[in-house]
Amino acid sequence: MKLRTLTLGLLSASALAFAAHAESITIATVNNGDMVRMQKLTDDFTKANPDIQLNWVTLEENVLRERVTTDIATKGGQYDVMTIGTYEVPIWAKQSWLLPLDKLGDDYDVKDIIPAIAGGLSVDGKLYAAPFYGESSFVMYRKDLMEKAGLKMPDAPTWEFIKQAADKMTDRANGVNGVCLRGKAGWGENMAFLTAMSNSFGARWFDENWKPQFDQPEWKNTLQFYVDLMKADGPEGASSNGFNENLALFQQGKCGMWIDATVAASFVSDPKASQVADKVGYALAPDNGLGKRGNWLWAWSLAIPAGTQKADAAEKFVSWATSKHYAELVASKEGWANVPPGTRSSLYANPEYQKAAPFAKMTLDSINAADPTHPTVKPVPYVGVQFVAIPEFQGLGTTVGQLFSAALAGQSSVDDALKQAQDAATAAMTEGGYIK
Amino acid sequence: MARAVTTQHKTIATAAAWVVALLIFFPILYTIITSFKSEQEAIQGFNLIPSGTFESYSEVQQQSGYFKFFFNSVLLSVGSTILALIVAIPAAWSMAFSPTKRTKDILMWMLSTKMMPAVAVLFPIYLIFRDSGLLDSRIGLTVMLMLINLPIVVWMLYTYFREIPGEILEAARMDGASLWNEIIYVLTPMAVPGIASTMLLNIILAWNEAFWTIRLTTTNAAPLTAFISSFSSPQGLFWAKLSAASTLAIAPILIMGWFSQKQLVRGLTFGAVK
Amino acid sequence: MATQQTRSLARFMMAPSVILLFVWMIVPLLFTLWFSFQQYNPLNPMRDGFVGFSNYALFYSNPAFLYSILNTLIIVVSVLVITVVGGILLAMLLDQPIWGQGIVRILVISPFFVMPPVAALVWKNMIMHPQYGVFADIARFFGAQPIDWFGQHPLTAVILIVAWQWLPFATLILLTSLQSLDGEQKEAAEMDGAGFLSRFWYLTLPHMSRAITVVILIQTIFLLSIYAEILVTTNGGPGYASTNLPFLVYQKALLEFKIGQASAGGVIAVILANIVAFFAMRAVGKNLDK
Repeated sequence: MKLRTLTLGLLSASALAFAAHAESITIATVNNGDMVRMQKLTDDFTKANPDIQLNWVTLEENVLRERVTTDIATKGGQYDVMTIGTYEVPIWAKQSWLLPLDKLGDDYDVKDIIPAIAGGLSVDGKLYAAPFYGESSFVMYRKDLMEKAGLKMPDAPTWEFIKQAADKMTDRANGVNGVCLRGKAGWGENMAFLTAMSNSFGARWFDENWKPQFDQPEWKNTLQFYVDLMKADGPEGASSNGFNENLALFQQGKCGMWIDATVAASFVSDPKASQVADKVGYALAPDNGLGKRGNWLWAWSLAIPAGTQKADAAEKFVSWATSKHYAELVASKEGWANVPPGTRSSLYANPEYQKAAPFAKMTLDSINAADPTHPTVKPVPYVGVQFVAIPEFQGLGTTVGQLFSAALAGQSSVDDALKQAQDAATAAMTEGGYIK
Repeated sequence: MARAVTTQHKTIATAAAWVVALLIFFPILYTIITSFKSEQEAIQGFNLIPSGTFESYSEVQQQSGYFKFFFNSVLLSVGSTILALIVAIPAAWSMAFSPTKRTKDILMWMLSTKMMPAVAVLFPIYLIFRDSGLLDSRIGLTVMLMLINLPIVVWMLYTYFREIPGEILEAARMDGASLWNEIIYVLTPMAVPGIASTMLLNIILAWNEAFWTIRLTTTNAAPLTAFISSFSSPQGLFWAKLSAASTLAIAPILIMGWFSQKQLVRGLTFGAVK
Repeated sequence: MATQQTRSLARFMMAPSVILLFVWMIVPLLFTLWFSFQQYNPLNPMRDGFVGFSNYALFYSNPAFLYSILNTLIIVVSVLVITVVGGILLAMLLDQPIWGQGIVRILVISPFFVMPPVAALVWKNMIMHPQYGVFADIARFFGAQPIDWFGQHPLTAVILIVAWQWLPFATLILLTSLQSLDGEQKEAAEMDGAGFLSRFWYLTLPHMSRAITVVILIQTIFLLSIYAEILVTTNGGPGYASTNLPFLVYQKALLEFKIGQASAGGVIAVILANIVAFFAMRAVGKNLDK
């Protein structure tokens, strides 16, 4: 008897799940600050579209990527809107896994999207994902510490200057590290930084015949410089620091400089979260005089999987979340500084935004300085600044990231790490049929 | 004299036991303490006295809505455990009371089904779930969790039932009790403690299962393991929020475990005590 | 006749469990075997097809492979040693008459209720973090350099976390076993003038042997498939320093989406598990028959 009640309860509980009245769309997103804010502001959307109900799946970046990739590759149909990056969009669009976004509405103004970003999200001239926020990378530094060190940060520093400044700013007795950089292994963690950095050293992942280039002096220079710099001036446990860890360090005043995503600017300059909010300066990512800077290009974007039954509702939502209207909504509720950056030219032309966000110009310049089709000095067969837009890169990038992270932790030498990276890349490229 | 030694002995033993126990419990305690700190406080070095703010809790709640996940966790863990008991009790009963040469082998074989790494079979299972419409369904996941824990359930029940003396059964049979009477009036009362502790252990195991519960759910069926995944490393300072989310995720099972500690301990023996 | 009936009844009662578990074992196993001979990469479907043993060859020739086998065994053995030795000591301590026994037992048992990702997150961020962790605070208090656990001692860190999760389990089983030790026997041994060590060696330990084998058996099964703790804390690194077999399979399946190779890895993991289990179960089987 009891059992039966329970079974019945179970059955009816799961039946409930199907009984939603309005059309409900499921949105998979990453647990970043801007996305969490969007979740809080959805009343604005549901008021205008009472027949659409939003279900959120907020996951940590790696789990999110794993989940949406599994789902789209197996056509599981669990999500109607997916948050993906510039790495996935071209690959998935070529597989016809994404719907082209051509019904974003009349007032959407597609041309307003920053060209570098729109280019990364388009295939054959069709937009396959709408950018929610875009970013490049640049240098964030402590003006007060820089002054104390008797130096002045140029708008476009060289790596030599960064090293010199870091050496002078480091004061470990007082918990100040000259420079904080990513060390945590992952294609989107340390390899995003190192690949972008290597571009400014003239290195490349592959030559025109997809032959891996880790045995070339450019990579050796890159990795050696990075490891030496971090050993001399980096924080404890740098090999497990990713974006978040470094952000926390910088906000605590424990970093003299930090080279990372431009979106970090709004966090480090937020007096509620940052102890150094009024002391932060910005500069372009460093270079080596070779004509390329070490900055990347990324956009977290909303895309609609081809398998969805609710494409119209999904596209309505995507349009809302990436519109000018949404930017104004955020501005009215939380101030202009909190508007998702890096997607629309109009935002950077807005004087109110320029006033609220001192990093606006530097962000836009950084984004415009990145060229995914010609990422580095020498010609390459791939697209992507801090990644290589081929399906094999996630795995390969992470493996190489592990090896470089080991070099940073001092568990292997720079030469060993590069040699192992070369072997791993050669194996992966051979297996993938790139090297015949 | 003897008493003095005992008191002294007891004092030393008490002190040692408490120190060790607090050390073991410390990570949990510190998480609970940190959950009542502000984000700034949370990273300002070791401090056992929080300012007592509920900020993190309200933020966590606002962002993710705890109760939906909590409800699913309860449903999945209790549901899968009950299902497992329904299937396992007859099997364990027959193995315990009519053992054959192969009983041991069957038990070992059952345990060995747990050896395939879950991730290696994710794709096949995902495809099966997709084709039967079970993705993100509570029923699919309940069955899944049941299958994962079934070997342990059978084994625990088996070791329990085996300790019920067979003579009692024979006596009942002599009295002409039917099989069902035998089960209901003779066996059940003796088996209840064992079933209870088995049930508790499996609720814990199902509650803490963190592979399938994340991979096979999206919103409807997502339990607390998925809830935690949205707090594991967000942007900015997250120590206090992570602590609050962690506390929320483990509190129900921790409290249940504390209250049922005695029953659980009996079940955890796996027949190791004789 | 009666036995015949009982036997068929017994079969009938076992059927649901056996059939369910058989299906649950055989379907994934067949799929895995099938995929292990296929190139199947949903991200790059162009090259899919039958490839013979090349997935096995690729998995084997992966430089991480040997590390992963070694690390798997190191994790299993180290955690077993820590939890069994620690469990025996703790059980003996908790078996003494102490004040507040109930609360102490609750505190000791608690880590077992914590879900693995939470345990890993808490240890990573609150305890072992080289900047904000409690260990770092303690080190700084004594003027020492904080240890960078996940950079310098990744495998040790993972082992510590996992051991923390399983110590309560071992302690509880061993404690229950200890409490069932006949008090009279103990006293008799004491009367005979047997020292603490010889009492432990000749009386307590043999009495607990059965409980110890149960701990080893159950834990081995769970420890062989540890991966969540690694994923959260070290991500298998630096290098391959904390990559174990399940984590390597995880990387193949959910990062590279090389389902064929992941399946080959799964088959290898099952074989390894069976080899380990063969020894564990033989020992346990003997003990369980008592």
